[in-house]
Amino acid sequence: MNLEYLKMSPLEKFWYNFKGFFKRLPSAFAAFFKAIPKKLKKFWLAFVGIFVNIGAAAKEGDWKTRTSFAVMGFGLICRKQFLRGILYLFFEVLFVLYMVFFGWKYLAKMGSLGEVAVVTGKDPLTGITTYTYYDNSLLILLYSLLTLFVIAAFVYMWYHNVKGNYLSQQFQEARLHLPSVKDDIHSYADENYYKTLLSIPMLGLVIFTILPIFFMVFIAFTNYDKAHMPPSELFQWVGFENFVNVLGGGISANSKVFAFTFTEVLLWTVVWAFFATFSNYILGMIVAILINKKGVRCKKLWRTILVMTIAIPQFVSLMFMSQLLADQGLLNNLMLKWGWIDKPIPFLTDGTLARVMIIIINMWIGIPYTMLICTGILMNIPQDLYESARMDGAGPIRAYMKITLPYMLHVTAPYLITQFIGNLNNFNVIFLLSGGNPPLDMSGVPTGAGKTDLLITWLYKLTVTESQYGVASVIGIFTFVIVAVLSLILYNRSKSVKNEEEFM
Amino acid sequence: MKMKYRSKKGAERASLVAIHAILIIISVIWLIPFLLMIILSFRGETVGTSADYIFPKQWSFNNYIKLFTETKFLRWYGNTLLVSVAVTIFQTIIILATSYALSRLRFKMRKPLMNVMLVLGMFPGFLSMTAVYFVLKEINLTQNLLGLILVYSASSAMQYYICKGFFDTISKSLDEAARIDGASRHTVFIKIILPLAKPIIIYTVLSAFIAPWGEYMFSSFIMLGDPDQFTVAVGMKSWLDNSSLMSDGYFAVFCAAAVVVSIPITALFIWLQRYYVEGITGGSVKG
Repeated sequence: MNLEYLKMSPLEKFWYNFKGFFKRLPSAFAAFFKAIPKKLKKFWLAFVGIFVNIGAAAKEGDWKTRTSFAVMGFGLICRKQFLRGILYLFFEVLFVLYMVFFGWKYLAKMGSLGEVAVVTGKDPLTGITTYTYYDNSLLILLYSLLTLFVIAAFVYMWYHNVKGNYLSQQFQEARLHLPSVKDDIHSYADENYYKTLLSIPMLGLVIFTILPIFFMVFIAFTNYDKAHMPPSELFQWVGFENFVNVLGGGISANSKVFAFTFTEVLLWTVVWAFFATFSNYILGMIVAILINKKGVRCKKLWRTILVMTIAIPQFVSLMFMSQLLADQGLLNNLMLKWGWIDKPIPFLTDGTLARVMIIIINMWIGIPYTMLICTGILMNIPQDLYESARMDGAGPIRAYMKITLPYMLHVTAPYLITQFIGNLNNFNVIFLLSGGNPPLDMSGVPTGAGKTDLLITWLYKLTVTESQYGVASVIGIFTFVIVAVLSLILYNRSKSVKNEEEFM
Repeated sequence: MKMKYRSKKGAERASLVAIHAILIIISVIWLIPFLLMIILSFRGETVGTSADYIFPKQWSFNNYIKLFTETKFLRWYGNTLLVSVAVTIFQTIIILATSYALSRLRFKMRKPLMNVMLVLGMFPGFLSMTAVYFVLKEINLTQNLLGLILVYSASSAMQYYICKGFFDTISKSLDEAARIDGASRHTVFIKIILPLAKPIIIYTVLSAFIAPWGEYMFSSFIMLGDPDQFTVAVGMKSWLDNSSLMSDGYFAVFCAAAVVVSIPITALFIWLQRYYVEGITGGSVKG
């Protein structure tokens, strides 16, 4: 690291690293692609290894091992490893039942997403129109995905079954002690303890997070919207149509509007996340420094007053604020009465003012939180650093810029990054405060989004009020890519901080 | 020399006075909205949205009485309390288990798992809502508190970050000593790590308990159309969205509800504040 870098202020350093990241990006990409053959080779070897193992088991295995290719766990049961064997067998039976009675029906229709949605008929006795529902595209997609997950899990289990059976045969041939049922159970409190701890959390994660994400990605390639609403209508695969529409390349007039809205909302989302994160961070730290200063009285009282804002549920304070600041709200009414203003100030109904107000109110909510976190860390900064800075004639501001801020940035980088990501997807503040309003127009054409909408609140509107699921999924995918790239940049930056300026 | 000393002291005193002044101003700014909320909740007269005064012309408890007799608030309060207690239990167990596994146990998928969870956390959670909704619908858990509990708890493993950070700071030599004495990994977790992790447990419990009170996005979607199953956040927002209620003076009732929701949580928070701070500074920070 050169001398000039060390002389820079934190802001300049940040900018330097930021530029550096993009400068290094091409070479990083090149390195990534150069590494691909190596990775492919490794992957290929692992892949081949699977078949080598299976082949060995088929060739060298005795009849018990070979039978367990079809009847899972057979060899294990024969060799008195009952627990494992029965579990494998149980799993296989479950899988077959699932596929026959449930999974297959849906998987077969995945390509078409259903042919007949509903058949209307007349009840011959009463004359009332009846509806018989057949294919529901949504459920077909959801369950065929689930079935694919189940199949993947089965293939994985099957491979382990083959390997396990062959291994136990080898153990027996070598006259080694085979783990008994008791050993197996014990291992789940010890070497295999991670399986015990992680199985339930992972199951929840797969069903309620990973499966839905895959579902959403698939939905992006369909025309699921208001006109194609199951169960009365089907939806179909449409390829990349939604992506083209959102990027403005579509034929319909809507496409241009989508592209415009997307850029506007995206810009505001990034601006918001930046200001919301750093305004809270810096001001919160300053408040913490003020309270921590030697000689300040009632430290606990000040802290408690601020902490109350964290404790009071956010939605309460946010909704209260939105009422207070409304055009007909208490604040405007009061100021009108006192003659300070002639007409209501559009705190939350004028685009620019609403954006500023939202950032300010967010400070009111977020500063105490940062203050709380900073308080503990600030006390860890060695006081002699400040002493020597003062000897060298540095004022409080210089000391802050040269000692406090770099130290805090160094130590709290992970917190800062999580805050930034959290703010990119901050639903509550925007939705409860302004609801995304005022509306955003594209030269007179309403876009459906608002000037204070973040990507996430716009998504909420697109799905809940407009039912444009296909387009919403595309925007969700874009949001994910943007958030992931931005946080990777930040992580990169925080790593460089850790290596470059080890404090003390 | 003496003069200089005194003047320096004077400057220090002046800056201290200034700091106190700033702190008082900050405290006032932070407290005013809450004081306002409390004052408005005692408003006895019915004024629509056009009120242009702060202090009630008639102080009364009517809004509180109305809150508990005429509205579904008590029911919503019970719903939210139930959800929060259940979520607290499940979420705490899941987060502690995941964090311990990722911090202390070594297995092949550890690093990939951590990366996957990090990336999953960047997905806008709302989008998965449609699919989650249909999963819940199939098992008959929409418009049902159990469904909400399931949704809140199911993905809590992703919040391992701070807790794992805290476990990382607990010295590994402790575990090693116990392992040499023949303790299993399970015993180490229960008997050694957990007793040392009091701050992070309290932090996890507290954040898990508070979250359902303020969550709007998921609960409004799952409970759509069934006011009996609303949580306080969804219910109170439904008042604000109803303009006829608002012009009927419901803003004061809203304030009363806000006070009732806030008091217990604030008390809990102030009581456990010390542990909360220890937990978060121990966990979220690379010291």
